[in-house]
Amino acid sequence: MRKLIALGIALALSGCASFDPPKPWERGELAKPSMQFDYDRLDARTQIHIYTSKEAASGGYGVGGGGCGCN
Amino acid sequence: MKTNLASALALAAALALGATGAHAVDAGAPAPNFTLPNAKGEAVTLDRLRGKVVYVDFWASWCGPCRRSFPWMNEMQQKYGAKGFTVVAINVDKKRADADKFLALLPANFPVVYDEAGTTPAAFAVQGMPSSYLIDARGNVSFVERGFTDESRGPLEERVKALLAAAAK
Repeated sequence: MRKLIALGIALALSGCASFDPPKPWERGELAKPSMQFDYDRLDARTQIHIYTSKEAASGGYGVGGGGCGCN
Repeated sequence: MKTNLASALALAAALALGATGAHAVDAGAPAPNFTLPNAKGEAVTLDRLRGKVVYVDFWASWCGPCRRSFPWMNEMQQKYGAKGFTVVAINVDKKRADADKFLALLPANFPVVYDEAGTTPAAFAVQGMPSSYLIDARGNVSFVERGFTDESRGPLEERVKALLAAAAK
């Protein structure tokens, strides 16, 4: 029983760290338009551009998308 | 109980750290060999191309910059194909139909091979799409290009020329 609890703790502590994120060559599904957070890429790019300049922020995130891992 | 807890923590740490992948293949390293089928089912083996300057390109139909690189690779193949150079484009699409659609729009005049399972990009530890490996006549990686823009064209062609000149000596 104790061993089981210990194993349970081990699995809980490691969380999702034992799962690999998709590799760059496995991002085909993520590259689909339906998988994007933004409705329109060009619109999102403009909005981020305006937001970062108005807020004098450095822009925490770029407009990625494509899921190609090359940006 | 204490030893159990200690081993549980060790296991957790091992699981957390176990996710690190293989080392990326960089310039100077020998290129990992592969044997992959082309559209006709014929095997293409990298080691058999020893003596040639090879441009191995990992591409997918969903990869935007790949659309830019195909016309350039066609041009390179046409220019230097007879001089001991070849492009080998490795498709990593999960569905062959997606690759076929891409090739219908952008036909290739160089060998295209298919690796749905992704074992070759794993062996090269590809860091992004597209990734290209310029391999010299001895089978060593000379240069790695990650991503492809129109600015990549000139410098890459110079590198191809230099490697062909070195191989001819």
